[in-house]
Amino acid sequence: MDLLVNIMLGIIIAATPLVFAAIGELIVEKSGVLNLGVEGMMIVGALAGFAATIELGSFWAGIAAAALAGALMALLFAVLTQSLLANQVATGLALTMFGLGLAALLGQRYSGKSAPEVSKLHIPGLSELPIVGPILFGHDAMVYLAVALVAVTAWFLKNTRQGLVIRAIGENHDAAHAIGHPVILYRYVALMFGGACAGLGGAYLSLVQTPFWVENMTAGRGWIALALVVFSAWRPWWAFMGAYLFGGITIIQLHGQGMGLDIEPQLLAMLPYIATIIVLVLISSDRTKARLNAPANLGQTFFKSS
Amino acid sequence: MFRIEPRKEPSRAMAYATPFLALLLTILAGFVLFALLGKDPLKATWIIFIEPLTTLYSISEMMVKATPLILIGIGLALGFRAGVWNIGAEGQFTMGALTGGAMALALYQIEGFWVLPLICLAGIFGGMAWAAIPALLRTRFNTNEILVSLMLVYIATLLLSIMVHGPLRSPEGMNFPESRLFHDAALMPVLIEGTRAHWGFIVALLVALAAYLLLRFHIVGLALKVVGQAPRAARFAGFSEKRMVWFSFLVSGGLAGLAGVFEATGPVGQLVPALPVGYGFTAIIVAFLGRLHPAGIVVGGLLLALTYIGGESAQISMQLPSSTTRVFQGLLLFFLLTTDILVNYKIKSVRARPGAITLNRP
Amino acid sequence: MPKQGDVLLELQGLTRSFPGVLANDQISFRVGYGEIHALLGENGAGKSTLVKMIYGVLQPDSGVMKLHGEPFSPASPAVARAHGIGMVFQHFSLFEALSVTENIELGISPELAAGDLRQRIIDVSEFYGLKLDPDVLVGDLSVGLRQRIEIVRCLLQNPRLIIMDEPTSVLTPQEVDQLFKTLRRLADEGCSILYISHKLDEIRQLCHAAAILRGGKVINTCTPANETAKSLAEMMIGEVLVPASRDERELGDVRLKIKDLSLPSVSQFGVGLKQISLEIKAGEIIGVAGVAGNGQQQLMTALIGERSAMVPEAIQLDGQSVGQLGPGDRRRLGMGFCPEERLGHAAVPDMSLRDNVFLSARESQNLSRSGVLDHQNAQSFAADIVETFKVKTAGTGHSAKSLSGGNLQKFIMGREILQNPKVLIASQPTWGVDAGAASAIRTAILELAARGAAVLVISQDLDELMEISDRIAVLADGRLTPAQRVEQVTIEQLGTAMGGSSSAVLPDQSIKAGQSVPKGGGAHVQD
Repeated sequence: MDLLVNIMLGIIIAATPLVFAAIGELIVEKSGVLNLGVEGMMIVGALAGFAATIELGSFWAGIAAAALAGALMALLFAVLTQSLLANQVATGLALTMFGLGLAALLGQRYSGKSAPEVSKLHIPGLSELPIVGPILFGHDAMVYLAVALVAVTAWFLKNTRQGLVIRAIGENHDAAHAIGHPVILYRYVALMFGGACAGLGGAYLSLVQTPFWVENMTAGRGWIALALVVFSAWRPWWAFMGAYLFGGITIIQLHGQGMGLDIEPQLLAMLPYIATIIVLVLISSDRTKARLNAPANLGQTFFKSS
Repeated sequence: MFRIEPRKEPSRAMAYATPFLALLLTILAGFVLFALLGKDPLKATWIIFIEPLTTLYSISEMMVKATPLILIGIGLALGFRAGVWNIGAEGQFTMGALTGGAMALALYQIEGFWVLPLICLAGIFGGMAWAAIPALLRTRFNTNEILVSLMLVYIATLLLSIMVHGPLRSPEGMNFPESRLFHDAALMPVLIEGTRAHWGFIVALLVALAAYLLLRFHIVGLALKVVGQAPRAARFAGFSEKRMVWFSFLVSGGLAGLAGVFEATGPVGQLVPALPVGYGFTAIIVAFLGRLHPAGIVVGGLLLALTYIGGESAQISMQLPSSTTRVFQGLLLFFLLTTDILVNYKIKSVRARPGAITLNRP
Repeated sequence: MPKQGDVLLELQGLTRSFPGVLANDQISFRVGYGEIHALLGENGAGKSTLVKMIYGVLQPDSGVMKLHGEPFSPASPAVARAHGIGMVFQHFSLFEALSVTENIELGISPELAAGDLRQRIIDVSEFYGLKLDPDVLVGDLSVGLRQRIEIVRCLLQNPRLIIMDEPTSVLTPQEVDQLFKTLRRLADEGCSILYISHKLDEIRQLCHAAAILRGGKVINTCTPANETAKSLAEMMIGEVLVPASRDERELGDVRLKIKDLSLPSVSQFGVGLKQISLEIKAGEIIGVAGVAGNGQQQLMTALIGERSAMVPEAIQLDGQSVGQLGPGDRRRLGMGFCPEERLGHAAVPDMSLRDNVFLSARESQNLSRSGVLDHQNAQSFAADIVETFKVKTAGTGHSAKSLSGGNLQKFIMGREILQNPKVLIASQPTWGVDAGAASAIRTAILELAARGAAVLVISQDLDELMEISDRIAVLADGRLTPAQRVEQVTIEQLGTAMGGSSSAVLPDQSIKAGQSVPKGGGAHVQD
């Protein structure tokens, strides 16, 4: 039983950063922008969150700093792609390379330090329930925040006027512009929201999951989050499920040897990457389904010609 | 107020000027960065950008580092022209080193002029095979090649690690995760005596020349461009997009593999887990900096090699962190993309005319 | 309360320039209450720029607008809408993946969208005889129905002025009648309409007043009912154009045969082809009429060979089955193609004219020998096209996108025609092209046919098809009606067929696009 509970806890902890990063990118892509810099925003968020927590001694200061840092990185992307009309793929790559370099440079002094433990939610009665208690009621606040974020995002996209405008802009930015919606403004906001989310995902890595700072600690999770958005066909709850699926795979990797699997650790470490490829193939081979929700203008530069 | 106006045609002058403008801006940003790190900006800039050009040793080291950057950059540029985003050259580089290295170890102590070419072929094949995966998945299942090729980088690195920990581990290596040192017949001949610069650099220049001829005078060069710029026009012209995807991936994968095997049989001389050091990613910057043109890529490759060498010596003499180079490279790409707008658009300062003012503020 | 005849909108000296072009030069005219006011002009005369300024999409460089006598300078469409101005765009501003209701909600102010919008859409659309299902996805609707969405969207805002940009170019003749009824009714209710068109008969039928634009200037204002189509055309174009003359041609054997060609749609919202059959003889010109979105693109794709047929016999050239050959092989056998979209399909926008000839003329002009490009030959062929077809360009080294629509179209047509194809297939050969270029292109098509080529012209412009075709067929919902001699068909018959061939079609009933190809039967086509 303890093993089961441990595995469930491990899945939740592994999935939460992916939930944040994927949901942020989902909104960005819904608005028609492809930001491949998730990895870069995550790593900068991871460092900012870690550094602020150490320097200011507050977990929540760290969380705020991570969101801010991610949003600033996204702002850089927004200026380049939205105002200066740079190619989105190239700019996203640049953001990732720059982010990884910057975090490594600024993070040197934090190497080897570890983050203070984050307090867990405790609900008297509920948290003590066997199995259900620790799985449902014993996490840090970020886990619940991630779930709430998915719920709010799903509701926002479906039921609010602003959500509708975002979908419309991603579908056809010229038409949206023609009827008077501020395409670039919406995309700036969406991008910065996406950046903040990626930053939070990064901070969860360095503050809860690991919890210490190492160079390149995101190890491709930003890219996996991008894949999750494709996997979800741009539906928030599917992105959430996808993240938990990947959390599960990561856990096989961590617990594999504990469970007596006699496999090279590197082979197990490959699992998330292989799973990403398989998932991408499965989802994209069904063309009609993949296209159904795909924003039609995804990745295209919008130029206000008139 | 500024107004962005599209040019009727891309400005050639700007296409040549912006890479230099971007470099200048990067150096200026570097000044700020060094000042913030508490280092002397002038000295640091001197050490990174000028000093390496003053000694034969560092010039030869530049050639060592420019070799993979040029080789990979050329391959990537072909694909980028066609809208094929091979982001996983690092993985193909790793696999090239691995298969080439495995061949070298299989031929251990065997002499013959054919040994090295065979090793190189194995490396090319390894890179191609690795690149064939995203090519196949994109052409067959329409799977996003960016994500697939990138995931394969992580897998390739882990695969290399497994191999040097296991089957390819040196029997005399006291259990260190590394292969034997390759024997002489399996090593790249040195270009300049007493340095590590090898003949791979000449090969890279020849590849650039071949790519230039292909792009300028062959139908494939035209087809790549048409597929990338106007996919429907490509179908109209009878250029197969699938074939271009395959071509781009196989060529860029093969060249990355060749770069990998050059690295293994050249400066490194054996297989180690830390063989891939990011050339595959830096080459993306090289390709863009060179405007996807072979001649530009040669210059771009040398320039980024310079930042590596300069970064290393600044690390030693000024205690600048090694990651400074990566920040520099990222900044360079950013500034390049920023200034790119000048190629296709005119920036005009708009002075509102009196009539317009009364109109906007009645 | 304003009455008929009072001035609603007044423009004084509106001027707006773009890089290298003075799009609008001192435009002045007035639109009265309840007036249907035409804005008549050729492509490129500056009509769109002008209405975009009225609707707040663009701001004028100088000049003054007055609405109800008050200065009016909308900074955005939202401001214009708040002042009671609505607009129906030529290229609809709609979102295919969203529902009708969502589309309308996006185009109106939040206050107006509040409450039961869906019910109000139903009410308004029924009141004006513009039936709409508020819940379907726009991508599943025909072009005519899409236009209704735009109109209903305008009407929900109780507009004082509706701007309509070339509204009839996408409608069947019957749909046009229905639209005119609605517009007249609106005008009677006191709503003004600014009606943009280059179709003279329509304007004479519908409009109370007209301002004629040429080269960015108002050349004249008039009462259209007092003018003839000829006098209006002279004002609009500035010269008298003689319609291309059609000599009697000797028809030869069947050159192109299409037999039971079916092709499923690639996209979610597209229309597939259903058992298309047609024969074209040497020297014959066949017109394919139809409203956009009824399978024209698929037909072009199949004929070019961008998608190949499951059975080779579906398309035959001089008795040889070519249905599974690629574009290159079909060209080698003597086919030439001129797709609708000039930039991005028939030509690469950023490539020079000289490089653009490589797209289709590699074989016939010997431009590529075992893969090696002959830049010199390409240059001389491009120069030949420019000279023969009087293409206005500063040189063949300039990019395709630097040419005006008419000149680029002449270049593309020239590229195909100078290769002397046995069969030429052209889609919308004069769409968005000025009258002079259009006339030159039509003449070139007729001359090619006179030399013995079989020509297929796909067009939405019925007048054009009636002018140059020997026989006309109608493409509706992916089906092609049998081709009939032009002398034997009327515009009304064609219109009925365009609205949907199978049933007796009511004017306000449009076919629904996007139905899938029935399984089994016919020649199936693979990707």
